[in-house]
Order: sequence, then C-alpha cells, then structure tokens
Amino acid sequence: MTPAIQQKVNGADAILKVLIKEGVETVFGYPGGAVLPLYDAIMKYHHKVHHVLVRHEQGAVHAAQGYSRATGKVGVCIVTSGPGATNIITGIADAMMDSTPLVCVIGQVVAPLLGTDAFQEADVIGLTMPITKWNYQITSADEIPEAMAKAFYIARSGRPGPVVLDVSKTAQIQEFDFHYERCNKIRSYVPVQNLRVDKIKEAADLINSANKPYLLFGNGVIISGAEKELQQFVEKTGIPAAWTLLGLSAMDTDHPLNVGMLGMHGNYGPNIKTNECDVLIAVGMRFDDRVTGDVKTYAPQAKVIHIEVDPAEIDKIIKADVAILGDAKKALQKLIEFVKPNKHDEWVNEFKECYKIEHKKVIKKDIYPTKKELTMGEVVRLVAEKVNGDAIAVTDVGQQQMIASRYFKFKQSRSFISSGGLGTMGFGVPAAMGAKLGQPNRQVIAFVGDGGFQMTLQELGTISQYQIGVKIVILNNNYLGMVRQWQQLFFDKRYSFTHLQNPDFIKLAEAYSINARKVTKREDLAGAISEMIDHQGPYLLEVVVEKEDNVFPMVPAGASVSKIILEP
Amino acid sequence: MNQEFIISAFTENHIGLLNRITIIFTRRKINIESLTVSESALAGISKFTIVVNDTQDKVSKVVKQIDKLVEVLKAYYHTNEEMIYQEIALYKVPTEALTSSNQIESLVRQYNARILEVTSDYTVIEKTGKKEETQELFERLNQFGVLQFNRSGRVAITRSPIERLSAFLKDRDKLLASIE
Repeated sequence: MTPAIQQKVNGADAILKVLIKEGVETVFGYPGGAVLPLYDAIMKYHHKVHHVLVRHEQGAVHAAQGYSRATGKVGVCIVTSGPGATNIITGIADAMMDSTPLVCVIGQVVAPLLGTDAFQEADVIGLTMPITKWNYQITSADEIPEAMAKAFYIARSGRPGPVVLDVSKTAQIQEFDFHYERCNKIRSYVPVQNLRVDKIKEAADLINSANKPYLLFGNGVIISGAEKELQQFVEKTGIPAAWTLLGLSAMDTDHPLNVGMLGMHGNYGPNIKTNECDVLIAVGMRFDDRVTGDVKTYAPQAKVIHIEVDPAEIDKIIKADVAILGDAKKALQKLIEFVKPNKHDEWVNEFKECYKIEHKKVIKKDIYPTKKELTMGEVVRLVAEKVNGDAIAVTDVGQQQMIASRYFKFKQSRSFISSGGLGTMGFGVPAAMGAKLGQPNRQVIAFVGDGGFQMTLQELGTISQYQIGVKIVILNNNYLGMVRQWQQLFFDKRYSFTHLQNPDFIKLAEAYSINARKVTKREDLAGAISEMIDHQGPYLLEVVVEKEDNVFPMVPAGASVSKIILEP
Repeated sequence: MNQEFIISAFTENHIGLLNRITIIFTRRKINIESLTVSESALAGISKFTIVVNDTQDKVSKVVKQIDKLVEVLKAYYHTNEEMIYQEIALYKVPTEALTSSNQIESLVRQYNARILEVTSDYTVIEKTGKKEETQELFERLNQFGVLQFNRSGRVAITRSPIERLSAFLKDRDKLLASIE
C-alpha cells in the first residue's frame, strides 16, 4: 500500500495531487465560474498534468474517451457546473454504453446555494445517475481524497464505466489536511467474480464435443487484455472467431481463424453461421440488438457459453447454457487448459465460402469499384494499405463507421475507436484527438462523414492550438448517408431532411491553419492519402464520394441474422 | 405471467441510493406497488423492500441491475409464498362513533387491531396484517367515517433459513480479499 502523505492544501490542489497520484498525465477540459479555483490549481500543476483546452465540453468528454480507449487508462475531463455539465452528458452516456473508464470532475455552485436555482446550477447527480457507474457530490474538501480514490477504482475495475464527481466550489477552496490512499476495495462492490472451475470444465466439455463451435468476441477481450489468450484459444481449438464492432482489432484482421464482423452491417458468414453452429462461445460481449437481430430466431440450435464480467449481462438477451462469470483473460487462460487441440477445417471453410460470395456481391464493388464515382470502401482500404494496417482508426457514426469497420485492417489491439452502443454522431474528431494524445507515436486516422464532422468541428481549434497530428478523412456524400439509406430502403426514397448543404471544408481547415486537400477523382486519391500520411501534424482530407451508395450486407432491423441481405 | 414479487436489497445508507434504485424501475416502465426503506439489523446498512407486479423474467433482470449498483450489498427477490410479510395501517375515527355503540370496539377485537390513542375528538386504531386485511378493516370502519387512513409499505422476511447479514459481510470480506 502507498504510504499516506499529509499536508494542508485547499480542495483544488488536492484534486490535482490525486490526479498525479493516480498517474493521470493528460486531462481535457473547459473552465468556468464553478471551477475557477480548480483551474488555478491546474495552472500550478500544469508541468505534471497536461491540460488540453477544448472548444466545447462535448469535445472534452469524447477526447477523454478516445484517450482511454487508445491507452486503456482512465480518461479524465474537467468542466464547469450547469451547462458545462450538461454538455458532457452525451459523452458520459456513450462511455457507459461502451464500458469506457472515465472520471469526470464537474464544478458545482457553492454549498449554501445548492438547490436554490443558483446561476449555472444543475442537478448533476440527478442528471447523471442513470448514465454513470457511480457518482458523488463533494461539498467539503475533506471528502475529496476518499471520493476520488473510489472514483478511479470504480471507473477502471470490473466492467469499466464513467464516474462523475460533482465538486462544489466550497470544497475547492477549503483548506484541509490532505493525505491520500488509493482505493482497492469497497465492501458493497464485487468488480470481478472468482472463476468457477466446474463451469470452466462444463464449457470445455461442450467445446471438446462440438462439431461446429463458433466464438464471438467483444470489447471485454480488449478491456481485460485477453488478446493473446484469445488467439491461443482459437489456435488450440481451431474454432472460427468473429468480432463485434467493439471487439475490432483484438485479433489480427488477417488471422486465418478471424472470420470477420458480426452485426447489422457485419460480414455474411459470421451472421448466417450463428444459426448453424452447435456451440456458441461469447467472450466479453453483450449480445447487442445490432448483433443479434431478432432474438427469438438467434442461434436456437446452439448451446451458448457466455464468458462475461458483468452478472447483469448473463441471460439478459440470450440465455446462457453455461455462464462463466469473471475476467475474460483469466477465463480463457483456464479454459485453454481444459480444451483439447482440435481442427475444424471444413467448418472454417464454410465461412470462407461465404466470404467468397460476399466478396463477389459486395466487397469487390466497394473496394475496387468500376464506376466513375469514388466509394467510401476504396478510400478506407487504400488508407489501411498506406499505413500498413498499423494505425488507430477512429470513426464517427453512420455509413463511414460501418465501412471503416468492414475495410480497415488491424495488426494491433486498441486500434479501433468508435461509438458503438450509443451511436453518437460528432464522436469521431474529438475522440481521435484524445487517441492521438494518448498514443502520440501511432498514426491516428479519423473517418467521419460530412454530417457528423459538423457536429464537433470546432475541435479543429483544439487540434490546431496543440498541433495534434490527427488525420481527418471526411467521406463526403452530401447526405446523412445512413439515414438516407434507410429512407431509400424502408421509406420509399422519401429523403426527409437528410440532404446537407455543406461549407467549404478545405477553407474551414485553412481558417484553423490545418493543411487540407479535397479529392474528387480516383487518380488523385492515392497521392492525396500518401500526402496526408506523410504530413507531420494534423491534416484534413475531404473525399467526395458517390452520393447514394448503400452499406451492405444488411440485417434488416428486427430480422433474423439468417435473413441478412447482400444486395438491395 | 404477471405476479407479485418482493424484492429485497441490503445497501449502504448513502444519499441518493433510493433514487438510483427507483430509476431502474422507471426506465423499464415498471410500477412500484409499495416500498419500505429503513435501517437493517446492522447500523449503516439499509434494507429495501419493494413490491412489484410483473413477470419473473423482468423482475429477475431488474434485481440483477439493482445488485450491480456499487452501493448495493445484495439484492434478491421472492414470491409472496416464500416470505412472511406484514403491513401496518393506522385509522382515525371520530371518538363519538366509538362511544355511541360497541360496534367499533368489537371490530377492533375481531380484527386483532388495537387502540393507540383516544381523545375527545378522535380515536386512532392500529392494525398489522396483509393488505387485504387492513383494507377490509378500513371498509368496515369507514361506515362510521374514517377521518384519516395510512398504510405502510411491506416488511418481509423469508421462510427459508438464509444467511445472516453479519455472516454475509464476513463472507464478502473473504471474497474481496480473494480477488486480485
């Protein structure tokens, strides 16, 4: 245990001291009245805790998410009371859905004014209760060390999530005897269950006698750092494995047993084979409705093994025949001991056959188009090739997100950062900013649409001020493409408010002194991408793509995964 | 099929926890029929008793969500048959009605109720029992004009022998110590 230190400081200084003790190097924030004392301390400790000034609080929270997802560390954002707090609500809800550890330090009015409708007062505890793993209001400085220690512990342990600390200005200015001990236990909180060997054996028996076993993996593999164990497990058992959107990059894209992506716009084989396998092993994933389609017709033939850290996810959507509660890494380690070496070449081949069909009907047209207009798919694949599969891809939400998830390639974990559960447009640019600051030596590419980009484009100011070397690729189809696709397919092409009249994105980048280039022709694309990759510092590349392209395959909403369609 | 379930939770006695628990029901549009919160046998630990009418599937999922809350020690649910439970009701009637005949007095005897306070104006009667019983007495007394009526939420204990809270906390300590 860390030895306790003791000294008289004010609450604001104490918060910074805790951040240093917790190993926080970068925070994202925006000052305001209720965090003035805190910002005074931030200035004092800036040599130890680097503060990044964003242009809107939403940018701060998404940047903290991007930072956390790229590094595995707890993301920290600091904002003021009232509107500062409400502006980060979207990011907090997003982090809750995607299990991203965050500590959000939010200013609050002075304690005597609580509940009086004071200037810039909002009920932050009430507002964030349903979208945080934990939240706590601090009204007195001496509460700071314990509350912050708990905040970091809760955010990062078990199934991670966002924590909000609502810190009254009163607590920030009060002086007290500061001493800090990190938290490693809360009696009412069991972050991880101990593995039950009987369950592991039961699962191993099912796996050992299966003819068509199939493994699905999600964010839990990345969170627990189980990438190596996952690979060992599938290699020992010969089981084909598919990733969820948030499981992307937990395995090498080109690994022979990686059969692709699940979900509404996932790959053909991974979807239809769900309903043909005899044992389904789900690791660190939660059967999101975008993965399952109609649950009544989801894998009814299969025995389901669910490896999951959060007991509330067991049987929530899909009933588990064997539930293994615990950490994915440890569960896989143990399971590897009990499973027999095996091969399922014929079964794995069936996925490859499906891929051939999908390649012919969808992929070829997407990444090697013969038509005049550029496609999102060819842009994403070309970028992936130029970075040799060694970059972090951050996406916004919509068609470019699905295309990026389908055609980008990964060699390293924590290389795909996207808003999965909440589907937050505007996530891309600020999250990429945070990812780049967390992994300054890695190439970070943000794929965004013309719609989502305009939701948080003010962060170009942050990118420019700190010269954050992100590469922003705007895939511009002058539409809210995914919504338009649904309107085309399910609303008889009634394009209700999905067409956008866009600004000159290049001039916009230039206004922020960010190098930019616009590509409209195929012959210019490769050169422009190389220029972007080779450029030191931030770069914005706008690619004008086919206006009315659709993302396929597609499992229509509410349909069975077997009913995936390859073309309209 | 909907049926009545009793959800019990032991929690830390922290500000906001009631809200944290009730929004789990609100989000899923489940009505809380009755709710009782008070200190358990151990200081600092609260006991929630929540009655809902829903399917077992929904109730079991809600209980898991309650159990997931950081400040909840343990949550579980039972059917009515698995628990012994009571509610308490207070009735205020005009004292004149009590004195003008022996009917109220005989109702008090019949229903195993008792008189808490008598003044020249009013008399307060108390009865513990199941909701149907306290309701029945209300209807009988209301012939004489019930001035005020208040019924509590449910208090309940299980029929099956379950772990004592202090033993549970000891086990929890062991569990937490075993987690790396």
